[in-house]
Amino acid sequence: MIGLTFVYPLAGLVFGAFAVLSAFDRENPKRLGNAVFWGLFAVCFLVGDRLGDLGNGVLALALALIAGTGQLGVGKPRTTTSEERERLARVHGAKLFLPALVIPVMVLVGALTLKRLSVHGAPLVDPKQATLVALVLASLAATLLAKILFRQPASAPLQEGRRLMDLVGWAALLPQMLAALGAVFAVAGVGKTIGDLVAHVTPVDSRLAAVTAYCLGMAVFTMMMGNAFAAFPVLTAGVALPLVIGRFHGDPAVVCAIGMLSGFCGTLLTPLAANFNLVPAALLQLKDRYAVIRAQAPTAAVMLIVNVVLMNTLAFRR
Amino acid sequence: MLTLLGVLVVVLGFALRFNPLLVVIAAAMTSGLAAGLSPIEVLTVFGKAFRTNRYVSVAWLVLPAVGVLERAGLKEQARTTILRLKAASAGRILVAYLALRQLSAALGLTQAAGHAQTVRPLLAPMAEAAAEARAVGALSDNSRERVRAMSAATDNVGLFFGEDIFLAIGSILLIVGFLDQSGLTVEPLALSVWAIPSALAAFVVHGARLLLFDRGLVKDEVGE
Repeated sequence: MIGLTFVYPLAGLVFGAFAVLSAFDRENPKRLGNAVFWGLFAVCFLVGDRLGDLGNGVLALALALIAGTGQLGVGKPRTTTSEERERLARVHGAKLFLPALVIPVMVLVGALTLKRLSVHGAPLVDPKQATLVALVLASLAATLLAKILFRQPASAPLQEGRRLMDLVGWAALLPQMLAALGAVFAVAGVGKTIGDLVAHVTPVDSRLAAVTAYCLGMAVFTMMMGNAFAAFPVLTAGVALPLVIGRFHGDPAVVCAIGMLSGFCGTLLTPLAANFNLVPAALLQLKDRYAVIRAQAPTAAVMLIVNVVLMNTLAFRR
Repeated sequence: MLTLLGVLVVVLGFALRFNPLLVVIAAAMTSGLAAGLSPIEVLTVFGKAFRTNRYVSVAWLVLPAVGVLERAGLKEQARTTILRLKAASAGRILVAYLALRQLSAALGLTQAAGHAQTVRPLLAPMAEAAAEARAVGALSDNSRERVRAMSAATDNVGLFFGEDIFLAIGSILLIVGFLDQSGLTVEPLALSVWAIPSALAAFVVHGARLLLFDRGLVKDEVGE
């Protein structure tokens, strides 16, 4: 069955290749740091299941220390100059968009069909991982297509991948690290404490106040946890179920749907939602780490108010 | 209550711009120790979750494809294509992308676009090219940054206010499961229907900001 057992070793090999190529990059004075960093990350994917939980924890700590003490540089693999690219763009023209379109099309087709494929009655692809497998297959296909169509050297996929990976740098690991932090917070009971606090300060006699407290609480709690999924059960149990739905008879579907979207307003405002807010700042080489958050903050703030109004008008129609 | 110190570490660490990976480890240690765990126990819990969440980082496998395309001139081609459209402006391109992203996410295609596969190689160069074409004189670095950041922001807004209309998205399943445990039965369809008003509002609010964004950019250049 194709699933994580296929995806993880492949990811391990790619990160491992980035490590090896980094080690030989004479243009990068911090090449050793990069090599060890991506090498350890590769280890996590290749043999992480055999390292034990503490082993993986030590690995994560080591990765954080390497990045945190400034051992990461930006590799400079040989690539085309901007003049060469202008010329190549004129030569290849609109054909360049083709491999870029292969990715979304294959993800769509893969997500719809991979689950249904089977060999001798057993599923060919793990249905739970169908989208992830589709994304990986689409990436491989697009790489291959681009390499052949535009006659790129055999070293290009890994060297170009490393060039972009180094631009992202430590931010690449942040989403996975934050997910692990969420697990520690859950064990420590952080969510429950915050939920109790919000429930404690929420006024119980005004409908609008309860709705506002729920929406605002979802946004603020999401900002602190980096994830609306962590905020939702806590605040819905603490504020929405007893007050908005219980006492004021709000329609649960409206309350929960809009409550979740209020949480998403918080996601737009927090650096803890790293893959949405910090990673693009690195990918786009922005000088300000928080530039993306600044750009979307006004939208998030207005939408939070809109969500309060919508919930207050739509949830109590009877 | 002391476990909340971990949240404080996160807030301060990010505000003071320490390396976020170190901030995360420090916050985990703070909350874990406050909850009575030993440092080894904290690392064990952290390591277990770090391992089970590896799938989050698999998305980086898209980088080689993006890199090879950039090497062959994709960004330059994206710019040229936009410069041929006389009516194109950064704001209008982003509004079109916002609509596409919301619609495709509403159909469950959340992975079809994203910062690595669409924003960096296609959307940002297109928006930048359009802004340059409209600017009086060269586009300032500050404006360039703002256009790029707004490109990423538009991808996020489109994704967040589109995906909840899809029935089988994680957040809808979470809500259904949670309410079921609390003894309330809600159909996924009811939830996705009630995500539509916010989605429309988000298109109007962010779309209006994008069209105003154009004016801001032009003024910015004239003023310089």
